[in-house]
Amino acid sequence: MYLNWLPENISTHGGEIDSLLRLIYYITLAWFIVTMGAMLGFVLLFRRRDGQRAAYITGEKLSQAAWLLIPAALVLVLDLWIDFRGGDAWAKAKLHVPPSELQVQVTGKQFNWEILYPGPDGQFGTVDDLQIDNELHVVVNKVVGITLKSKDVIHSLFLPNLRLQQNAVPGRKFPAWFQATKTGVFEIPCAELCGFGHSGMVGHLTVHTAEEYDKWVKEQWPSATGDEIPR
Amino acid sequence: MTNPQSVDPIPASVAHIAHGELGFWRTYVFTTDHKTIAKQYLSLGLFMAFVGGYLAYVMRWQLAFPDTSIPGFGFVGPETYNALVTNHGTIMVFFVAMPILLGAFGNFLIPLMIGARDMAFPRLNMLSFWILAVSALLILTSFFVPAGGASAGWTGYAPLSARAEYTGVNWGINLWLLAHALEFASFLMGGVNFLTTAITMRAPGMTFFRLPLVIWQLLTASVIFLLSVGPLISAAVMLLMDRLLGTSFFVPEGGGDPMLWEHLFWFFGHPEVYVILLPGLGAVLEVLAVFSRKPIFGYRWIIYSTLTTGFLSMIVWAHHMFVSGMDPRLVMPFSISTILISVPIALIMFSMILTLWKGSIRLTTPMLWALGFIAMFILGGLTGIVLGSAPVNIQVHGTHFVVAHFHYVLLSVVIFGGFTGLYFWFPKMFGRMMNEPLGRLHFLLTLIFFNLTFFPMHAVGLAGMPRRIANPLQYEFLAAVQPLNVQITIMAMGLIVAQLPFLINFAWSIVAGRKAEPNPWEAATLEWTAPSPPPHGNWGEAIPTVYRGPYEYSPPGVREDYLPQDRALAARSAQEKR
Repeated sequence: MYLNWLPENISTHGGEIDSLLRLIYYITLAWFIVTMGAMLGFVLLFRRRDGQRAAYITGEKLSQAAWLLIPAALVLVLDLWIDFRGGDAWAKAKLHVPPSELQVQVTGKQFNWEILYPGPDGQFGTVDDLQIDNELHVVVNKVVGITLKSKDVIHSLFLPNLRLQQNAVPGRKFPAWFQATKTGVFEIPCAELCGFGHSGMVGHLTVHTAEEYDKWVKEQWPSATGDEIPR
Repeated sequence: MTNPQSVDPIPASVAHIAHGELGFWRTYVFTTDHKTIAKQYLSLGLFMAFVGGYLAYVMRWQLAFPDTSIPGFGFVGPETYNALVTNHGTIMVFFVAMPILLGAFGNFLIPLMIGARDMAFPRLNMLSFWILAVSALLILTSFFVPAGGASAGWTGYAPLSARAEYTGVNWGINLWLLAHALEFASFLMGGVNFLTTAITMRAPGMTFFRLPLVIWQLLTASVIFLLSVGPLISAAVMLLMDRLLGTSFFVPEGGGDPMLWEHLFWFFGHPEVYVILLPGLGAVLEVLAVFSRKPIFGYRWIIYSTLTTGFLSMIVWAHHMFVSGMDPRLVMPFSISTILISVPIALIMFSMILTLWKGSIRLTTPMLWALGFIAMFILGGLTGIVLGSAPVNIQVHGTHFVVAHFHYVLLSVVIFGGFTGLYFWFPKMFGRMMNEPLGRLHFLLTLIFFNLTFFPMHAVGLAGMPRRIANPLQYEFLAAVQPLNVQITIMAMGLIVAQLPFLINFAWSIVAGRKAEPNPWEAATLEWTAPSPPPHGNWGEAIPTVYRGPYEYSPPGVREDYLPQDRALAARSAQEKR
């Protein structure tokens, strides 16, 4: 099954996206089987035979055109169903950005992801801000809020395992968010052609357990005390 | 409505040509005969298909065996890869699909099928071809300027494309933009010619609802093109100004907005794919009727669906921009319009299949291609539903899933639809028959290799492989799909080689094929009443008069199994109602 090629979903909203994809897959597969079955069946059944004339059917009469209109209506109904399901999933993924527990600013710049952490004080624009290129460290099961920017051309932040993709456009700031349900290390490719270094522009997302994350924070901000570590 | 040609005898512009004394240059190069111009467009399209196919070969080899030296090319660096991918797309869309489906089919068929001696503006027609030829020359030249050809994708997103320092490419992109401007001018002229001719020069009795469906498709395509291309022409001018004059239409540092380019590009870019689709659909519809010996099922419904598709195609463009950062509230409306456009197109596909019901089907080469089109286009169209659903689009946008989708829909139109038309109208164009066994071999090999190439690509995209990646081995998560990439490359080589039977057949049949009668397929539309090939002016003394619709196959009460559009009948009562 083709859907097995999808990267493992570790996102809270990824499940809905995957199940919508599965729904569309089955609907479209059914249409393909029906239409191809009809087409091949007709070709086999109605091959030219000597003495046999084709039937003069124009499809103008409504009783004949019904064979067009009813399937087209069915297509419409199924399309609308897909879109209603999609509306909910889209709202969840992109419209209703939940309050985030961890925040980062990600700036694409040929050909790196410049990731800015606010540091233990949780504020950007302060002394303890730290930029680490291409390394995004988060805690499992916490909402991560991203402000996505670009310093030069359009890039696209793509986290396949989190079902997250968002263009980074210079001159603009876009919000993105995710909540990872599993730990691990995952690659962050750039998904929008950004120049000759586009291929190979890749960061790494590390989803830590709470303890591992605390350890990482202490390594990056050695002077931070326990109270200030954001969770 | 009066048609001047039914009053005048052969017009003067045609009459003096009948002497045959125009000489080589006016006959073959600076010709105003729509049929020769059509062949010029065809030649250009076929030549550029070689170039585009060569670029695809190099790209695919690089993807399968990164950083190896590619036979017949050498090493591909990242800058080079971006130029390959950009120009492959640009050439295939603007210099293969458009010239063949609109330039060749449109020019050849419109006068012949409506009963006119030539286009309304024959010299404008000639100019439109030569402007396209210059445009093609600019693209080819762009490969050889310092820093090479355009490399910002066929989509040319800014600011990557707006400042030379972002790509390192300077005149390559400037020439690319100039080529586009010329190419748009060329097709604008063509569109004007198509519409004027079809509206004002139809033969007596040829009402709009007696026009063959391919003409309706060509006209709708012309209207869509005319309505949508303006924004992109403006955008191309603005982008050239950004590059050459230091303006900042698309550069944020100067107050511009990269997303403006995206909207302007896709506002044209989406209708453009329907401009390409419709003529291919039309060719398939013509062939289905002829080789089922049945009227097209639901002629009027197809026309309504075509017009609906044309309208809807203008309001779906931002489905290319779901993750672009545009206001997320805009996404659902575009997702709805996108998914709705599947309804009229589905209706047309159902009509094609129902045309086969109770037919008397002859599996000639054109018919095989037509059936192949139906299958491949349905498959490609269905993956469009996946892409049109906005949440799912988050995952597959910018991946090879998109590449698989658009190759299925585009190639089903250009290759399957294109060869449907080429094999079908070859006898009329060249006065000779093509070789049937070679034609079937070409079809079978193409069908097999096409699917083996592009079907696995869906999996590669689902796995997350982004587009325009020169080296998949740079990503650990793509290691599992690299075997698929290798398979795709090998099958793509097969697809290219599978075109050899066609090239041999085409070339040989033009010079030595069996001479064709006027109507070898026993078809009912007007082009088959002219000689094969038609002379200047298409018909002799009198152009045809039309008495019925274009698909009177197996009509009851008639001994023959078809009634040509121009055959007057003693007992007219039943037939003339259409």
